[in-house]
Amino acid sequence: MLSAPAATNGTKAVVSVRSETDSQQVAKRPAASSPGGGRRIGSALGRAAWWTAAVFGLPFGLLALWWVLSADSETFYLPPLSEILASFDDVWLHSDRLAADVLPSLLRLAAGFLLAVVVGVGLGVLIGSFRRVRAFCEPVLEFLRAIPPPVLVPVLMLFAGFGNTMKVLVVLSGCVWPILLNTVEGVRAVDEVLTETCRCYGIRGPARLWHLVVRSASPQIVTGLRQALSVGIILMVISEMFAANNGLGYTIIQFQRTFAVTDMWTGILLLGLLGFLLAMLLRLFERSALHWYFGLRQSQRDDGQR
Amino acid sequence: MNSTALPQAGSGPLLDVRALRKVYAGRGRSVEAVRDLTFSVGAGELVCVVGPSGAGKTTLLKCIAGLLPPTSGELVLEGAPVQGPPPGMAVVFQEYGRSLFPWMTVQQNVELPLKQKKSLDKARRRQLVRDALAAVGLADVPDAYPWQLSGGMQQRVALARAVAYEPHILLMDEPFAAVDAQTRADLEDLVRSLWQRLGVTILFVTHDIDEAVYLGQRVLVLSASPTLVLDDVAIDLPAERDQLGTRSSARFGELRAKVFGQIQRAKGARPTDPAPPTDPALPADPEHADSDPADSPADVPPPRQSTDAGSR
Repeated sequence: MLSAPAATNGTKAVVSVRSETDSQQVAKRPAASSPGGGRRIGSALGRAAWWTAAVFGLPFGLLALWWVLSADSETFYLPPLSEILASFDDVWLHSDRLAADVLPSLLRLAAGFLLAVVVGVGLGVLIGSFRRVRAFCEPVLEFLRAIPPPVLVPVLMLFAGFGNTMKVLVVLSGCVWPILLNTVEGVRAVDEVLTETCRCYGIRGPARLWHLVVRSASPQIVTGLRQALSVGIILMVISEMFAANNGLGYTIIQFQRTFAVTDMWTGILLLGLLGFLLAMLLRLFERSALHWYFGLRQSQRDDGQR
Repeated sequence: MNSTALPQAGSGPLLDVRALRKVYAGRGRSVEAVRDLTFSVGAGELVCVVGPSGAGKTTLLKCIAGLLPPTSGELVLEGAPVQGPPPGMAVVFQEYGRSLFPWMTVQQNVELPLKQKKSLDKARRRQLVRDALAAVGLADVPDAYPWQLSGGMQQRVALARAVAYEPHILLMDEPFAAVDAQTRADLEDLVRSLWQRLGVTILFVTHDIDEAVYLGQRVLVLSASPTLVLDDVAIDLPAERDQLGTRSSARFGELRAKVFGQIQRAKGARPTDPAPPTDPALPADPEHADSDPADSPADVPPPRQSTDAGSR
């Protein structure tokens, strides 16, 4: 272990934080006014350039390819990308569609997703904590999970009508499974020594639930969230295609039915863009909620190499 | 066993283990880990439990900690039978990497158990955390995460958490088995100084004979599994111990040899079938017991380590 020599001096040598953590901290504030800062800024710029190229290279490449290939397109269903981008402005920004369609869609997605988090994590903790409950629930869970959520749309329409409730329920019904199943796995894998530590120190009830169970399972829970988000976006659109009077899915279907093919393509682009932004948002959340996990993994890897 | 008259709190032993037996029942096969353990620990004592590996030391400790129900026998702590983890007890586990919460900073780790004690207000809690971290020499890393620290320092955090909890009895399960030898010497001295300062009762389980003799006032020698108490060795070394002097004293060598002989015997034979006594190569002779430590340093087995140990 790297810091073992430091620890031999006991109380005095608590220069503990490992060197890789130091370098991480330095990386976070590259403009620190220390000697040799110039080189650091240089390498940070290099890294930023590399990162930008890595993130935007492929998307822009594909867009360029689309642009070139579709430039002379005469096909009615495949208008040139230049036309699509030109009408993007008019269709979405210079109209009230952001407020009238995009916002309601996002709100329904958010409501369904958040409800799925509450239900999925809550039930997941319950099922994961007790072996008997798990044995009891598992067959039913496997059955319910196997039903494709879009099939539920007609059924839910019967119960919940055509309004927002139905759409939120559709999103919920799809998002809940990845969250639930991942939470169960995470809760099952809670470390035994940590569990005993909690018992010894009288940590129980809500404190145990949060500080031990949920935090232990949080890496798996976040994996579930990521899967649920992509399912949720799909279901948001599908629920609006069935029966709605606003929303992104509804608008895209309307464009298609009225043969406004270029406008339809702008909707598809917008949908992709939204999905990307939401995934980024989730990534940010993951970074802050699981920074301990990445640090722990990194330090375990480093120990393994030594 | 038959005693229903519990000892008065304060007068009798703090911890009483009577005819403890633990059998792990598996599928079609059961393993008797602990056969018959009887001993007691007085208030304020530092008792080491040593035995060959696989001797059921951890089983014993988990039973005392209330984490495992014994198959039969009695466990009495401060006059009350142990039925679950008792409130006045803290435990330091061997696997420091797994007993600290990796999502909490050092300070949060130490503070969490205190938050469960309703009698402590926030200021007092913070004070206890600060004092405990200072006592183990970690006052300047409260905001680090455990995985940013070396193994020895992580175990110091676990120790600080136990100390801040203000237990009456502190159980330690091979706490230093996974740290390097030099860090270990420091941690041993830390345990002794905490014990002397706080007056807490400590039951220290280890497989290391030197460590047991160096730390303890008494050393309980366990047999191989299924476990019995083979011997209860009083360690009459001076209260002020240091890694270099104590470990190279003649008395230390004798005590070490005595315990070593018992362990060898324990390994060689089943506990029901006691083997002939000690290995003749070792100076386990009780006649040497009163010899002057300075007299015969040449007879003494070399101390386990000496580098850096005298620096305190």
